[in-house]
Amino acid sequence: MSEIATMNVKDQFLSTFGVQDFHFDTAASKAARDEATKRIEGLDFPTSKTEYWKYTRINRILKAEYTIAESAANIDITPFLIKGMENNILVFVNGFYRSDLSTITDQKGVIACPLSEAKKKHAKLFASYFSKKVPVDEIFANINTAFHQDGAFIHIEKKQKADHPIHIINLIDGDQIITNPRNLIIGEAFSEGKVVTSYHNLNGRKSFTNAVNECFAAENSFLEFNKLQEENGTSFHIATDQVQQEKSGNFTINTFTFNGDIVRNNLNIAVAGENGYTSLNGFYLPKAKQLVDNHTRVDHLVPHCESHELYRGVIDDKATAVFNGKVMVHRDAQKTNAFQANNNVLLSDDATINSKPELEIYADDVKCSHGSTVGQLDEEAIFYLKARGLSEDSAIRLLLNAFAADVLQHIGIETFRQLIEEKIETGLKK
Amino acid sequence: MIKIENLHASIDGQPILKGINLEVKPGEVHAIMGPNGSGKSTLASVLAGREEYEITEGSVTFEGKDLLELGAEDRAREGIFLAFQYPVEIPGVSNINFLKTAINEIRKYKGEEPMPAKDFLKRVKEKSALVELDNSLASRSVNEGFSGGEKKRNEIFQMAMLDPKLSILDETDSGLDIDALRIVANGVNKLKSADNASIVITHYQRLLDYIVPDFVHVLYNGKIIKSGPKELALELEEKGYDWLKKEEALEV
Repeated sequence: MSEIATMNVKDQFLSTFGVQDFHFDTAASKAARDEATKRIEGLDFPTSKTEYWKYTRINRILKAEYTIAESAANIDITPFLIKGMENNILVFVNGFYRSDLSTITDQKGVIACPLSEAKKKHAKLFASYFSKKVPVDEIFANINTAFHQDGAFIHIEKKQKADHPIHIINLIDGDQIITNPRNLIIGEAFSEGKVVTSYHNLNGRKSFTNAVNECFAAENSFLEFNKLQEENGTSFHIATDQVQQEKSGNFTINTFTFNGDIVRNNLNIAVAGENGYTSLNGFYLPKAKQLVDNHTRVDHLVPHCESHELYRGVIDDKATAVFNGKVMVHRDAQKTNAFQANNNVLLSDDATINSKPELEIYADDVKCSHGSTVGQLDEEAIFYLKARGLSEDSAIRLLLNAFAADVLQHIGIETFRQLIEEKIETGLKK
Repeated sequence: MIKIENLHASIDGQPILKGINLEVKPGEVHAIMGPNGSGKSTLASVLAGREEYEITEGSVTFEGKDLLELGAEDRAREGIFLAFQYPVEIPGVSNINFLKTAINEIRKYKGEEPMPAKDFLKRVKEKSALVELDNSLASRSVNEGFSGGEKKRNEIFQMAMLDPKLSILDETDSGLDIDALRIVANGVNKLKSADNASIVITHYQRLLDYIVPDFVHVLYNGKIIKSGPKELALELEEKGYDWLKKEEALEV
């Protein structure tokens, strides 16, 4: 009986996607969709018994009804712009590319265009990278591959530096909108670039964003990928961030979560070339009854690499945060340096954090550490600041900003860092 | 400036202060001495507005205002400064940043405009020199990784920056070597004026060689049992507290 019930939920959920028009598809794209569709048949949605999804109940996501709807609305995008990045933006509304809202400053050796366009125009690149590393056993990632509408395609040529950071803006217009945004970011050998992808709701309730971000960082590339999740308090967001990092590369990913009913990030980084440096950071600020779940996995496959992970969160009201960070040091990955830390501040008695740092080490000559802390704000410190004339609010904000600062220092785009600082400041104001 | 009358305070139902009377006028330096556990630090905490203590009786008037009605931040804004016995380390919060916020919140309370950045930096430079505090310490995280002496000097630096009317120094001398003590005391002396006052709480007479008090009070068992001129400190140094304890016992 329960099996039939599960199947019904799945079928019903998938039936939403039947109406899409993928006229722009190429053979390679179609083949990827077909393979993913076939895999979905054999996969079920996770339940609370699925260890990987233990703390994140997705029933509410699955049982809601969704629509796929293009929006031609006249939208003012200025509230979502980041200072200094206005001339390199790709805008998607409800998952559909809006050329009228986008602006790209041409630069030789740098491609930034919608994925739907890249499929034909850059068919060879698309075919060699698209969906090559996305986990085959994750149903949400497969759903994205099978039914994605569009997303950003960013390619930086060998030895090129993208002069300006690129901003991908994802907007939701309307109620119960579902999107499968798909970004593909490729940095060739010795290239350099910075990308921000941000998610916002213009209006509407109960949207579901099922995102996949694929990043390929070739030999000695320097890439920074920033995610800003601030949809509204009724929205759902599940993301798969898949990173493949080659020799001597330097890759940074920063994830900032400010809003969302349920937000789940699955970040997987394969450190596949020697002498790589990987930095993965996050800051989350759930409130009300929101849930933010960050699952990260770093696979050290080869020797002489270094990874640094720092996730911090401030959890208020009845919100819940989950951190599960796995660092896997494979047998051949000698001389790995892997450091992981997760620190949490609970602002209310009803706030919850489930933190699970995991290290699995199969090599015998490595330096690894992990740690997790949960605490309240230091009352002594608050009194000390008040005794100098600061209000309780200022004292708390000063302490929390200091707490966030260690994460924010990993942002390489100054104006984006300032924006995140402001958002933390606003997010902390009651 | 401040008038403490029959002040009783307790913590967790345990009475600590049992009727303190003390008046401090502008320009005066009062030393409060006494054996361990007599209530010296409690008095400092109560005046600064620490909330763990319950005031069961008595009053404190500061510049005509009922001090006990004010929160810790408003007491600071009115001009009370507590130099902590154990300054708190606050990682990630820069000394300078927090002092700028403090000064501007105090000015806002008084209805004044924020201090111009130029004036602020000038004051930082001037006041850090006063306590021989390295410039880099001034811009580092509050007390983080500071030595004991540096922490105490930082307290006096903050005091100089905020320019309070009444400073309460809670065992600022304990744990200091002679050089650090000299620097701290020198800072306090230079900040002394006809308009401000200090209450210096100490366990040792040594500090009073450097900061010369106008009055010395002996706190014992939650009460001031003796007050006198600065010579009283020397007498205490010589004779200890036992003779006073006996006197007190006889009176009771």
